[in-house]
Amino acid sequence: MSKTTYKIPIGPIHPSLEEPMTFNFEIAGERIQSVDLLPGDNHRGIEFMGRNRNIVQIIYLAERICGICSASHPFAFCRAVENAAGIEVPPRAEYIRVVIAELERIHSHILWAGVAALELGFSSLLYLSWKVREEVLDLLELLTGNRINYGIFMIGGVRRDITEEHIPRIRKTLEYYKDAYQTLEDVFLKDPSIALRTKGVGILTYEQALKLASVGPTARASGVKKDVRQDQPYSAYADLDIKAITPDVFSGEVNGDVYDRIIVRVLEVFQSVQIIEQCINNLPEGDIVSEPKLAKLLGTLKKAKGEGVGRHEAPRGEVIHYVKLNESENPEVWKARAPTYNNLMPWMPMLENQEVADIPIVIASIDPCIGCMDRVTLVDSQTNKKEVLTREELIKLSVAKTRRILK
Amino acid sequence: MKYFNPEELLSFLKENLPETILDSNILTRKAGVKQEEFHQIWLEVKKERFRDTVKMLMSLQFPHIAIIAGNDTGESVDLTYLFSIFYGEKFKEISLNIKVSLDREKPSIESITDLIPGAQTTEREIKEMFGVEFVGLPEMRNIFLPEDFPKNIFPFRKDQKGLDELVQKES
Repeated sequence: MSKTTYKIPIGPIHPSLEEPMTFNFEIAGERIQSVDLLPGDNHRGIEFMGRNRNIVQIIYLAERICGICSASHPFAFCRAVENAAGIEVPPRAEYIRVVIAELERIHSHILWAGVAALELGFSSLLYLSWKVREEVLDLLELLTGNRINYGIFMIGGVRRDITEEHIPRIRKTLEYYKDAYQTLEDVFLKDPSIALRTKGVGILTYEQALKLASVGPTARASGVKKDVRQDQPYSAYADLDIKAITPDVFSGEVNGDVYDRIIVRVLEVFQSVQIIEQCINNLPEGDIVSEPKLAKLLGTLKKAKGEGVGRHEAPRGEVIHYVKLNESENPEVWKARAPTYNNLMPWMPMLENQEVADIPIVIASIDPCIGCMDRVTLVDSQTNKKEVLTREELIKLSVAKTRRILK
Repeated sequence: MKYFNPEELLSFLKENLPETILDSNILTRKAGVKQEEFHQIWLEVKKERFRDTVKMLMSLQFPHIAIIAGNDTGESVDLTYLFSIFYGEKFKEISLNIKVSLDREKPSIESITDLIPGAQTTEREIKEMFGVEFVGLPEMRNIFLPEDFPKNIFPFRKDQKGLDELVQKES
């Protein structure tokens, strides 16, 4: 196996990428024998930077861990600090947090669906999905002021209220997605060519999902009923009835393949719409933040001592932040973990024994950063000849396979 | 499978693991308008007994490991393993955070990758960032740091102050 690391010429900072990384595959003919994962090209030392910042400054740093999960990281971080310092969040803020987090899930899942379609060679589906996604981004901009990096989370609450004028606009978006859901179901779940390309591809069994500690839709598609919103409900999720979605709800069986991951994500879009609807119907009155004066809040945090863990079910899986406060301005320890971290190892069984043309869709199926597979080294074990495939060439191979099947 | 509440889980661990738990604490917080409770258990266990603790958890349900958080206190390197157990049912899950204190001069602990293969990524990260030796870890290469990174520098130890110092040391 080749052990050469390749520097990926994307990043280090790019709004849509979490972490560029290298994959080394060992190929026999058309099949992958094994894969070697080499992440770390985009390790920005964010936790290290957090050592020189106070708690409120870290919220904005956490938001910039990922452009797509820019509600999830501050959500988990705020919860970690609140748990450690014993700060109570007003109920209205809890509901607003959940609305924002679920809007983010809608946009993230639809973005993923578009990317997955592109990997398979359906460019028109990419345009359709991303057009559908615009609606939720516009709403997020209206509610928070930003399309990404919403800047709405604060220790003990949120920074902006959802007012009466916002409610009809939110309802309009929800109606829009109820209509769009049918389209998404038709084009992704009922289309025979997508089923042909994704069924039986990139299988992760229940055992593997459990043992490799996978999270989010990747785990749920393999039948592991694990969802923080269900298992340890927090914020407004505690008042709602949420069940982890597994693919058997739709198809009656669990195969753990790429198709099942599509099912889980498409169904979760609809679940999010229902959650937001319940939240705005039952939005409690009251304050939106427990301590509006920033200086006073920082003073309280400076005196706080203790450890806390904050968890949130992000679109890609569980985000977990660990904070240790020790009566000082900066936290003693801050550890953040994104879901892709835990979904690294499951890639290995998924990719083994797959065709080279299936690499893009299998890699995309856990919803990692898009630039991850920018360059792949292939070693032909029969000739021992090494060649580097660029992302464009790989996509060409994948598109060609779809065309072959459709013929 | 039987679900335990946090008190039951703690007493189960205390009963079955004598001379293991140094410190324990149950943190209860409330969520939502209905003020439903959720729980986090914080444990500190002896380093030698950590593997047995994980094995004991495995007899209940396959524990999900989120990550290991490292902390260099100046005297010791403390690792906090963030587990969750009893997932699958509403309100049943318990976050279980197990702290192990290691000698700072030569931090070493047994790997749990043979029990939970998914722990490999996080053990490799702690190995290169804090210089902790995991006995039995199958993959010894760096994961986030480059392969040619100086072997005696551990960036997340508190005596490392940032890039300038690292560059000077190397040149």
